[in-house]
Amino acid sequence: MSEDKVLKINKIGDGIVIDHISPGVSLDVLEVLKITGKEGMTVSLLMNVQSGKVGTKDIIKIEKKKLAKKDLDKISLVSPNATINVISNYEIREKFTVEIPQIVTGVIRCSNQNCVTNSKEPVQTLFQKEKSGDGEVFRCHYCDRTMSLPEVRKSIIR
Amino acid sequence: MLKGKSLVNIDDVASEDFFRIFDLASEYKKRLSVGEYVKELEGKIMSTLFFEPSTRTRLSFESAMHRLGGNVISVSEAKSSSASKGETIADTIRMASSYSDIVVMRHPMEGAARLASEFSSVPVINGGDGSGQHPTQTLLDLFTIWEKFGRIDNLDVSLVGDLKYGRTVHSLVRALSRFDNTVNLISPEILQMPDHVISGMKQARRIKRIENLDDVLTKSDVFYVTRIQKERFVDLNDYAKVIGSYSFDMETVSKMKKNSIIMHPLPRVDEINPEVDMDPRAYYFREASNGVFVRMAIISMILGVR
Repeated sequence: MSEDKVLKINKIGDGIVIDHISPGVSLDVLEVLKITGKEGMTVSLLMNVQSGKVGTKDIIKIEKKKLAKKDLDKISLVSPNATINVISNYEIREKFTVEIPQIVTGVIRCSNQNCVTNSKEPVQTLFQKEKSGDGEVFRCHYCDRTMSLPEVRKSIIR
Repeated sequence: MLKGKSLVNIDDVASEDFFRIFDLASEYKKRLSVGEYVKELEGKIMSTLFFEPSTRTRLSFESAMHRLGGNVISVSEAKSSSASKGETIADTIRMASSYSDIVVMRHPMEGAARLASEFSSVPVINGGDGSGQHPTQTLLDLFTIWEKFGRIDNLDVSLVGDLKYGRTVHSLVRALSRFDNTVNLISPEILQMPDHVISGMKQARRIKRIENLDDVLTKSDVFYVTRIQKERFVDLNDYAKVIGSYSFDMETVSKMKKNSIIMHPLPRVDEINPEVDMDPRAYYFREASNGVFVRMAIISMILGVR
């Protein structure tokens, strides 16, 4: 392919690259990270790009961004195989794959409308990951209800 | 051990503590039957916070505390409390726990008791949280079964009626499944036991959904019947469709084993015909009276005098 037909995305100096995002899911990742584009930092988004490893994937590069534990938890729920590259001075300083934590704190709303965490009490939600059949469910520490991963994705606090 | 701990979920109570509670409840039952005044909790105060109507649970908790020589302070109705002014459960419980040695709370929201236990400076007993759990009812149900059969294992137990919203059955099925029991779930389609209750149990292999009550009538040792609660239905047409299903009259009872029993957390509406009350298998009033002795045992153990 000639060089003028290749889209070039500049390397970022400081920030993060979220790689191996499930194809078509990058907009959801931006949404749960509350990145709207109005924050002023440079955000590059690639959707459905070819990847030798996983077929297709999405990639997000965000300049001048640091991720908190809650951000990583949210990314893991939206795209469990995503990898995070922490960039500093154009170098990869850290690289890891996100992992859905055993205990998810303060990032999901309970789908049970009658759960006490959906009232104005001063508590964070807390869910315990459990095996259920072939998959996983998340049990609310307060009301004991369980949510499947697709339900959890819809309930991430945005 | 229960000492100093909150009782929110039946899973909070170790199996060996079930039997400690039964032994102590039996002892209190005997002592009270001969007119003894038990003074073990003199000087102790229990707060009762009932944000939802209750007759038996509230009366039996208050009776239990008085029978132990302790005192009770209470908020009679949510509308007369600061909750109606928008106070959080967290703030209400901080206040109530500073006024007393133990708190009993009933609240319409699921998880309210767990939350209260995290903000309370004293142990909290869950007197029912929405359609969540009602662990002290389960302990008195198990005590009633234990009194009758001398055991809480190797039994065939049928849970009948509203298994979706009925919080007593959610706690009971979890307790029964710890032991070697067969549990039959018999309910209308729209009131089936939620998966989240069963999926949380380690030994759920002998829990079966049964369509017809007739299929178990001649087999079960215990029939635990629950009221189909009108207030749980948004659509009253749905209520009309299921009311009267799975009810017990003398014709039904005549098919049951001689040594079996019928239990009910009460209040009943149409599930058990009053003609059944005189049958020796009708155990629901004995079950209700056991509430006082079992709650005496629970309070004593949590407050560490036993």
